[in-house]
Amino acid sequence: MNKTLIAVAVTAAAASFATHALARDAISIVGSSTVFPFSTAVAENFGRTSSFKTPKVESTGTGGGMKLFCSGVGVNHPDITNASRGMKASEFDNCAANGVKEVVEVKIGFDGIAIANSKAAREYDLTLKEIWLALAKDVPDPKGGDALVANPYKTWKEVNPALPDAKIEVLGPPPTSGTRDAFVELAMEGGCNAIDSIKALKKADEKKHKAVCHGVREDGVFVEAGENDNLIVQKLVANPNAIGIFGFSFLDQNADKIQGAKINGVSPTYETIASGDYPVSRSIYFYVKKAHVGTIPGIAEFVKEFTSDAAWGPEGYLADKGLISLPDAERAKWASSAQAMEPMAKPSK
Amino acid sequence: MSNPATPDGANSPRRAIDAVNASLKRRYAAEKRFRLMGMSAVILGLAFVAILFVDIVAKGWPAFQQTSIQLPIYFDAQVIDPEGTREADTLSRANYVVLARDALRAQFPDVQGRTDVRALNAMLSPGVPQQLRELVMADPSLIGTTQEIWLIADDDVDQFVKGAIPRDVPELERRVKDQTVAWIDALDERGRIEKKFNTTFFTAGASREPELAGIAGALMGSFYTLVLTLLFSFPIAVGAALYLEEFAPKNKWTDIIEVNINNLAAVPSIVFGLLGLAVFISFFGVPRSTPLVGALVLTLMTLPTIIIASRAALKSVPPSIREAALGVGASPLQTQFHHVLPLAMPGMLTGTIIGMAQALGETAPLLMIGMIAFIVDIPGGFTDPSTVLPVQIFLWADSPERGFIEKTSAAIMVLLGFLLLMNLTAVLLRRKFERRW
Repeated sequence: MNKTLIAVAVTAAAASFATHALARDAISIVGSSTVFPFSTAVAENFGRTSSFKTPKVESTGTGGGMKLFCSGVGVNHPDITNASRGMKASEFDNCAANGVKEVVEVKIGFDGIAIANSKAAREYDLTLKEIWLALAKDVPDPKGGDALVANPYKTWKEVNPALPDAKIEVLGPPPTSGTRDAFVELAMEGGCNAIDSIKALKKADEKKHKAVCHGVREDGVFVEAGENDNLIVQKLVANPNAIGIFGFSFLDQNADKIQGAKINGVSPTYETIASGDYPVSRSIYFYVKKAHVGTIPGIAEFVKEFTSDAAWGPEGYLADKGLISLPDAERAKWASSAQAMEPMAKPSK
Repeated sequence: MSNPATPDGANSPRRAIDAVNASLKRRYAAEKRFRLMGMSAVILGLAFVAILFVDIVAKGWPAFQQTSIQLPIYFDAQVIDPEGTREADTLSRANYVVLARDALRAQFPDVQGRTDVRALNAMLSPGVPQQLRELVMADPSLIGTTQEIWLIADDDVDQFVKGAIPRDVPELERRVKDQTVAWIDALDERGRIEKKFNTTFFTAGASREPELAGIAGALMGSFYTLVLTLLFSFPIAVGAALYLEEFAPKNKWTDIIEVNINNLAAVPSIVFGLLGLAVFISFFGVPRSTPLVGALVLTLMTLPTIIIASRAALKSVPPSIREAALGVGASPLQTQFHHVLPLAMPGMLTGTIIGMAQALGETAPLLMIGMIAFIVDIPGGFTDPSTVLPVQIFLWADSPERGFIEKTSAAIMVLLGFLLLMNLTAVLLRRKFERRW
């Protein structure tokens, strides 16, 4: 009895698998965890309002998504990948080498990175330079000179006398996170270039410049609080002395508990990120495999849904989810190129 | 050493008993200390479990309720089915959101202006049209009538009614604005807003809207995955254990195999995920994100656990059973299958249930094979894209919307319930198979 059961189950599995491998009727999307909340919202809406099946959205990270996306053409490979940065030239070449020749690039909007603390404490007003000085592994000797020493700063007051006399305690994402990458590239690098001696280093020794700018201190001041932004928010509420680094949508959802710090005098709000005034924000994208359009049902319609104003416009449902829309002209341009499925050129770097 | 019968002992006859008495107190004290330590370890453990459970249940409880708004919906024939054909296609394409919005506007006739109307409409969940569509599809005779219907409220309204969004913070920092608060209070006064049992949570798949998100998709995914894992791993593991323990010659090859099985049990699970990606998906072409590929990977992961437990169970069967069976003329195969295996079965089942529980809680290997995914449709078979319970918990815990906090804890409660059910089955099966001699 048991044996027949097993045999039946295995045959059934094998049979249904054989039919499955031939065709796929749902769009398969992979990629960045930053774009995941937006991509899933569009996928759900698309499934609900169209006659197509709801697309499957995987959260693999930008790099992992690119790898899967570029691994080939065919039903076993994903149709769309999400990215929290532009596609690299090396990824484009890898795609081409595997037969993925025509890729349509769509810029969706912006994602801001908030630096925030509990409402119970006072609001911070930081510059990128101060952020870098507080968090870098090695900084120029505060006693003078250009020599780099292990970061000696313990309190914000030591970094800048105008700042509060509070211990530096920053909760942020681990190096595996895209938010961390973006924070390091936008905030830390921007901050270290505000120091002339380090900016000069870029020309002399680019590698060292990168190591100095991107190095985050490891003496316990910067706490890697895990990939979960909700957890960082909870910890900030419990510890008013701490500052946290996370995606803007979490600040937006928890504005009753935490406040965003001003960076270079600009508060993180929808408007300042959209206009580009807030310095720590990045563009987010998705990429479509043109060879699959027409083979997998619904790709063109999905792209159309994503690039409609009802979705990604300033009053669309993605704005409710925390997406910061592109300016009107740029949005129209990306929408028309996406809906016409114009393949992208090779990225410059 | 201190034997009281020796001549030395005769000189001081009470020495031995003194030594015993002196040490007795110490030994009792040591035992008491040990018992106390043991007891406090158990109490500490229980206290942590209690804290964990209280926290999860307290946080997850509200998720079993959903705020709903009762509105008199006029099922306008002009909107739903202007030509009166009553065809399923027409009924399913109708613009149901208008019906709900009109009914809500009728409650607040003085709301004017585009932004205000938008804010008013936002009180209803995006799932409302679907809710009305299902009602009409099930019973087309509703068209043309007015019915009092409880509509799902938006997650912000829901969180406000449940008190997760506080009323006393400044309006600017609150997701529910003063205007909406006034509307909620007005509806409350008219008895039109209420918390009801949340059936959606148990019947729906994943959603980006907390009020529409359900656990059914992940639950079915976990179920299919575990059924396949059990079907794959149990026969292989029992067979391997039986062969290694009872039939295989003891030489250096079987030693190497044994060491390797023990090592495999300690391999981090992500490695099995990578292996699954390379072998099952890339080489054999098993479809991604399906319970089938998930089960294959989890089988690899649970095999060593079950093999080790099964071998231990076989070892504990007394040799006299085997000798007696062989003695009355049973072949070695008959000895094993008729006598040894049934006696070892309870131990094997325990090992299997430990392995299955491990597989149920695993997320790391599933990342590589595409099961960490957003899947709305509830899987209906072994090759439908699906996700599993711990992945659903992980994805909800990572969502910014506040409504997902309670959903996360509620999903943990469901996972624990599932685990409890599995353990119960194992206990019942063990009872059935257990033999005493």
